[in-house]
Amino acid sequence: MTEKNQDGADPTPLRLPGEGVPAKPEGPKSSLMADVGALAGGLRTTLHEFFQPTVTTEYPEEKTPRSERYRGRHYLRRYDNGLERCIGCELCAAACPVGCILVIAAENTEEKRVSPGERYAKTYEINMLRCIFCGYCEEACPVQAIVLGPEYELSDTSREKFIYTKEKLLEPLPPDVEARLKAKQ
Amino acid sequence: MNDLYNNAIGHWVVVAVASAVLLFVVLTATAYTVWFERVALGRIQRRPGPNRVGPFGLLQLAADGVKLAFKESFVPEKTDKVIYVVAPTIAVAAAFLAWAVIPIGLWYNVQYWIADLNIGVLLIFAVSSLNVYAIVLGGYASNNKYSLLGGLRAAAQLISYEMALGLSLVPTFMIVGSLRLRDIVEYTVHWGPYTGPIPLIILTPIGFVIYLMAAVAETNRAPFDLPEVIGGFLTEYSGLKFVMYYLAEYVNMITVSALATLIFFGGWHLWIVPPVIAFLLKVILFLFLYIWLRGTFPRLRYDMLMRLGWKVLLPLAIVNVIVTGIVLVAVQG
Repeated sequence: MTEKNQDGADPTPLRLPGEGVPAKPEGPKSSLMADVGALAGGLRTTLHEFFQPTVTTEYPEEKTPRSERYRGRHYLRRYDNGLERCIGCELCAAACPVGCILVIAAENTEEKRVSPGERYAKTYEINMLRCIFCGYCEEACPVQAIVLGPEYELSDTSREKFIYTKEKLLEPLPPDVEARLKAKQ
Repeated sequence: MNDLYNNAIGHWVVVAVASAVLLFVVLTATAYTVWFERVALGRIQRRPGPNRVGPFGLLQLAADGVKLAFKESFVPEKTDKVIYVVAPTIAVAAAFLAWAVIPIGLWYNVQYWIADLNIGVLLIFAVSSLNVYAIVLGGYASNNKYSLLGGLRAAAQLISYEMALGLSLVPTFMIVGSLRLRDIVEYTVHWGPYTGPIPLIILTPIGFVIYLMAAVAETNRAPFDLPEVIGGFLTEYSGLKFVMYYLAEYVNMITVSALATLIFFGGWHLWIVPPVIAFLLKVILFLFLYIWLRGTFPRLRYDMLMRLGWKVLLPLAIVNVIVTGIVLVAVQG
């Protein structure tokens, strides 16, 4: 039983039957002194390396720079006037290849306006254990509400803590808006 | 001290205390040898090595030890249970027994030893040969083809290199005229104005080269660490039983280094340096050589290993013995 290659022909054998082991290529003549010299050369190289500074990035204390466009944890953005960008259209959930986004929308009313559009996201949850950080949600969003930030140290102690709720994802209010709201109260 | 040592009961008390101290010192030394090896290998590869547990990673071995000690004591189904458990203990016992006859100079006129045998070196060889049993039995009892093959290879390697190792030291014994390690260290020459101990490597450089290679092979260390391929005889071992083999390997490494220090580098004699520091310094340098070799050379193929042992080192060692004998007769008449 021989394997056929793509054209259906037998593969070219590396060695014909009875050909035997090919002769070693002629190299420079080895002598005891040359061999010992080679060993000494190796030892010298490693000893030289021994006294060089290490190149390790000692991670928790030291971090390598990340790209500007690094896709880390998600954020839900706001407009400058403090309104949420998200209009609850669920296009991000539809684009998500692993289905880790859950959006439940609700209507905006005159008394309670959360986003400038007709609707807003009442619930917005991302399961970070499922998320593959592909960034399709960011691409799908028509109002640039969801973005992937630079943060990548997301470890935690239980599975429940990996379901990021809207409170956790939402950007804080701009400081001027927050001051205004405080003054109103 | 001498009275106490010559008293029958006092003698045993001294031996028991000395053994306990030795066990503690050698175990600690082993732990720090492992740390030293990992850091030095790291530096050779431009890594820092372990540096997380304790200052400079010095407690790394404690962490590893606790981790291994709390592992399930697992014995595979179809092993030969008794031999499987006994084999690692043979390795450890053999490794520690050699230390019974190794003397250490503590201060200028104070030396430490458990047994001052007049056949000290022979005892070390006899005991370190027991290591072969640990390896073969461990490989056999595991009931695993890789373990068995690894064990057999290791045994063949140890037996091959043991002869070269033994013969490499014979010229030294011929010059000194004693197998007692203390006599070898205290060997005094009268060369013109100089009277005192010398590192015997000056008289037996070829013996040292053979010893160096054979010793690395004898302790199954890189580049002669063939049995470690696929884990070798260690494949089926885990937890504390693995620790025993591991421990034995490093204790053997220190033993061989100490022996080289005593026989070839004048033991604890080093100009005016305090003896215990001189001894430690030489052993550490030798250990570094071990690690340096491991960090530099690729592993030898099995046939190369055997060829080097039987066709190069053994004949060279025999010739070395004969030539030394002729020179000795010519010089001493």
